[in-house]
Amino acid sequence: MSRTPSQTVGPYYSIGLCRRPGHELVPDGVELTGRLLDGRGEPIRDGVVELFDTETHAWGRSATDEDGRFAFVVPHGARRLEVFVFARGLLRHQLTRIYLDGGAGAEDETLLAAPEGGGFRFDIRMQGDRATLFFEH
Amino acid sequence: MSDVQVDYPGYRATQWRAPSRPLAPIPEELHTLEGPVFGDDAVERSDNDLTQQHAGEPLGERIIVHGRLLGDDRRPIRNALIEVWQANAAGRYLHDVDQHPAPLDPNFSGAGRVLTDDEGRYRFTTIKPGAYPWRNHPNAWRPAHIHFSVIGRMFTQRLVTQMYFPGDPLFELDPIFNSVRDASSRELLIASFDLATTEPEWALAYRWDIVVQRTPFEE
Repeated sequence: MSRTPSQTVGPYYSIGLCRRPGHELVPDGVELTGRLLDGRGEPIRDGVVELFDTETHAWGRSATDEDGRFAFVVPHGARRLEVFVFARGLLRHQLTRIYLDGGAGAEDETLLAAPEGGGFRFDIRMQGDRATLFFEH
Repeated sequence: MSDVQVDYPGYRATQWRAPSRPLAPIPEELHTLEGPVFGDDAVERSDNDLTQQHAGEPLGERIIVHGRLLGDDRRPIRNALIEVWQANAAGRYLHDVDQHPAPLDPNFSGAGRVLTDDEGRYRFTTIKPGAYPWRNHPNAWRPAHIHFSVIGRMFTQRLVTQMYFPGDPLFELDPIFNSVRDASSRELLIASFDLATTEPEWALAYRWDIVVQRTPFEE
């Protein structure tokens, strides 16, 4: 049977999403931050990012702020995280992944997190020269 | 596999946000990756009744929204988290960004969540949301809708979408609804009026089944 089509989360998703879970995949881990940017390099202020750790099945959500910034606490030693991106203007959510361990076997260099201050930095660019690689799903 | 046009020009916000690079094939291992597991603490008692979350009853038309979460092989998906959010009866969201000059309702927050049962069933009691204006184009109005988020058994069963009500005159004018290019697929976004579940002297019912990718193994 046919699948139900996707529709955008719209600008008001924080009413229904983001209450639980929070941005901490684990109570005690390392910080991973980044910015969600549109095709002009402008911050996407009404996006939400979800991370999923395939090893621990830990899951978290972070709404983006005025700078398009999201922030998570991820498990120590996590090697790879799967990522869903939602925003107003995204009719379908997008799937990408973050490599934290140097990225051996990574599909694309845009998927590598950069070490930053004991944690990690990972920006998500929807368009442009350095656009993040997204996967079909 | 998706008939949603992600760079649909009628929906202006897609212009700078829809991915510009061709999508890569999904990593094979994600097909069999199980999603987060929810315990009973994922939902609270009033989470499935949006009319009972405050001291008084919200204004508007009380409705029941129910249905099943199924794989595309028709098998139910149990213990999935369904989250909903919506405008109130006047078409106003409880959100700072919403400047529509319609009243907020002190007895309505517009958020709910529920876990599906062993048959994949879910059920909410709520208020029928109003249509509301947006600034996508001159005199633009969204048809009444409830936002749904689904987190299923499998990682690939993630879905965010919107449920609409039958017979809405705004359908043909709404670029978000029409971003689904196939007419029969658009029908899948519209609930059916359900007299059998309608509660006499209490609430009209609407039925809406949600279909996601199948679970690739037997439970």
